[in-house]
Amino acid sequence: MSVLLAEQLLNGVQLGVMLFLLAAGLTLVFGIMGVINLAHGSLYMIGAYGAAVTAQATGSWWLALVAGLSAAALVGMAMELVVLRRLYARDHLDQVLATFGLILFFNQGITMLVGRQPLFVELPAALTGAVELVPGVPYPAYRLLIIAVGLAVAAGLYVLIQHTRIGMLVRAGATHRDMVRALGIDIRQLYTLVFGLGALLAGLAGLMAGPIYNVQVGMGEQILILTFVVVVIGGIGSVRGALFGALLVGITDTMLRGFVPGLLRSVMEASAADALGASLSSMGVYVLMAAVLLVRPRGLFPAHA
Amino acid sequence: MAEPVLLAQGLFKRFGGLVATDNLSLDVWPGELHALIGPNGAGKTTLIGLLTGEIRPDTGRILFLGQDVSRLSVAARARRGLVRSFQIVQLLDDDTAEANVALAVQTHAGHSFRFWRRAGSDPALLDPARALLRQVGLGQARWDTRVGDLSHGERKVLELAMALAASPRLLLLDEPMAGLGTAESLAMTETLRALKGRIPMLVIEHDMEAVFSLADRITVLVYGRAIASGSAAAIRADPAVQEAYLAEETG
Amino acid sequence: MLERVVLVVLLLGAILLPFGAEAVGLPATTGIATQIVCLAIAAASLNLLIGHGGLVSFGHAAYFGLGAYVVGILWEHFRLGEPLLGFIPGSNQLLVTLPLAMLVAGLAAAAIGALSLRTSGVQFIMITLAFAQMVFFLFVGLQQYGGDDGLVVRRRNLVPGLDLRDAMQMYWLCLGLLVAWLLVLARIVGSRFGRVLEGVRQNERRMAAIGVSTYAYKLVAFILSGVGCGLAGALMANYLRFVSPEMMSWQRSGELMVMVILGGVGTALGPVLGAAGLVGLEYTLGGLTEHWQFFLGPILLAVVLYARGGLMGLLGYGRRHG
Repeated sequence: MSVLLAEQLLNGVQLGVMLFLLAAGLTLVFGIMGVINLAHGSLYMIGAYGAAVTAQATGSWWLALVAGLSAAALVGMAMELVVLRRLYARDHLDQVLATFGLILFFNQGITMLVGRQPLFVELPAALTGAVELVPGVPYPAYRLLIIAVGLAVAAGLYVLIQHTRIGMLVRAGATHRDMVRALGIDIRQLYTLVFGLGALLAGLAGLMAGPIYNVQVGMGEQILILTFVVVVIGGIGSVRGALFGALLVGITDTMLRGFVPGLLRSVMEASAADALGASLSSMGVYVLMAAVLLVRPRGLFPAHA
Repeated sequence: MAEPVLLAQGLFKRFGGLVATDNLSLDVWPGELHALIGPNGAGKTTLIGLLTGEIRPDTGRILFLGQDVSRLSVAARARRGLVRSFQIVQLLDDDTAEANVALAVQTHAGHSFRFWRRAGSDPALLDPARALLRQVGLGQARWDTRVGDLSHGERKVLELAMALAASPRLLLLDEPMAGLGTAESLAMTETLRALKGRIPMLVIEHDMEAVFSLADRITVLVYGRAIASGSAAAIRADPAVQEAYLAEETG
Repeated sequence: MLERVVLVVLLLGAILLPFGAEAVGLPATTGIATQIVCLAIAAASLNLLIGHGGLVSFGHAAYFGLGAYVVGILWEHFRLGEPLLGFIPGSNQLLVTLPLAMLVAGLAAAAIGALSLRTSGVQFIMITLAFAQMVFFLFVGLQQYGGDDGLVVRRRNLVPGLDLRDAMQMYWLCLGLLVAWLLVLARIVGSRFGRVLEGVRQNERRMAAIGVSTYAYKLVAFILSGVGCGLAGALMANYLRFVSPEMMSWQRSGELMVMVILGGVGTALGPVLGAAGLVGLEYTLGGLTEHWQFFLGPILLAVVLYARGGLMGLLGYGRRHG
């Protein structure tokens, strides 16, 4: 039981860091530019497809990595330049609608280019093994790598935001847009840059997700909604909140999926228990969100308290 | 009368390292027009926020009509008659002037969970609204104009009408003259003079001419503290006040 | 006066539409029109919240789906002859299922709204979406009612005096309810309650300053719009004779918002035009290419960027903006 528990806990952390990569970009973009971008999930999908298609075509993992990251970042920056830039001054309703249109466009676009069949991505041989992090608990090396990458990104973001000039502008830009402008800094460039960074992180999450989950159209929206839960729980605009929220949601979701169906099997027939268990565990994070909201309507780490 | 309408005691508010309100006490008595002046950054806006409930003080309490309202919401304080106007007008820009005031009248005519009868043609709302528009001097030709299309002066006047419609037992007026031309300022001064004595008022204002001609009492705020309080003549003669204002004017 | 004439003509046209469809040999049009009418009821309900209260809910397909499932689940228990939870008998009577659908949707809206309205702005959008997703997953897991696959309602509900198996009668019933609901909504918008809601949309700070605690008003608006969506869903379930979790998916919530915007936010007839416009676009583009969403996306984008006020705005009836 405890081995299973440790494994599920690690799985939860792994899902958590993936969610963090998405939530960090989403929350930065919202915190700084005041834009809600539904198409953030599309960038995740584009990262995944970019990598998967390149890996299949060339067989090179490094090329796949580069392709996934650059596809997401380039599409993201183009999205900012062409569409989102026109939405900064609009209300949330317009932003939701416009980016909803983008989702339809990207999902159908990928279907036209690659087809409806999900892609399966094989792992590079070096990463297929397991590592005994704790003696007696073998754990897939690839998932450990994801956790490590996610935590490294979190640390990098912390340094970037707290200790660099760009980070200073980001922090200032979130609260004093006019002041930053008055200092003669091209805020448009800053916005494109931040948006590109968010897109890059989403693409990174997407390409790492490939070998674990199927690469398919619609994958972006599934995880986007979970990311919204993360952002609401963590507090909008807060990267720290995004990290804690992501881990909380990742672990809760994984634990529920891991153990609820088993518990239900002891009181009902197996197939019904599995179906009900899956649905109850899917609902779990939303119940968690409701509970957090009851206590702290602005999330655990509100950015501008 | 033995009791002030509004009594704020020992208000203290800090934002990060900045002390915006520093152990401030303040009162307004029945019938009184109490003016609050101070250089920019003196904490006037914070004080209004504290009194109306938009900002919670770190310490201190606020008594209104003898009752502690420190923990009440903005809306709950307003319902008791602690009503403000905004320096930057807050109106329903898509609606007409008349509809704006009628809505304010409506919110003081019982609850608004009434789903069927047309509010737009209800004389119980329109008659008092029109009376108020006349009282503040907005020309009848403008009543049917969309508020977003009114001039700044007209919007300031409407802002006052909104506050009056909310059955105030104390008016907190945040720079009612801000941005007004000379003639408009004079008209506003006369409107306030006509109200004076009937409704107690706490007025924050930069227009010194208006302040000195209207106020029964003036309090001077500097760095979140009240450095002086007294009649117009006493304030004019106060050396601390002169120093604070001279520093501002020349610095 | 002219507007009244136009409205009467439009209504007459809508009533006579099935005959026209038969006459030109396109009887399927009546079915499409029925769907448009059902969606228009839902979009008009959402417009009360978005257009008049400024509350952008991204989860209203949940109430639409709940209304549909009330019809489906009551049918299932009617069919099996087993009471729901052991004491609620199943039903195939529209006069039972419709009010119950509205009640259930209203109760769900009350619970979800009470929580969601603790937030505002972009958090409100995310939370309404997330709660709708929660309801979606609940129904995916209910194997008893078909889970992912949904439920078939073999026969439309019965109403005294009507035969809903007849496509025209089904259409007229939905049209009648749409007209009634639009009239109710118009009264609500013009009432004291509607004025407060409009105040919340335009300037919530002003509303607090004149003593209005806005939460209860927003919640009632949320519940009313949920009830309307429940009604629409129940009708749609009858029309399609099928319910599934897909009806409450996030895409459906997005489409309801699209209808509101496309038609013209905050206008009485905008949601109807929006429903007709979106369904029409889907059928037209769908007839041209399998990949119609690829073109629908940019069209939506263009509407948002360049056609503020939507179709009603283009007709000169948009809400006045500064």
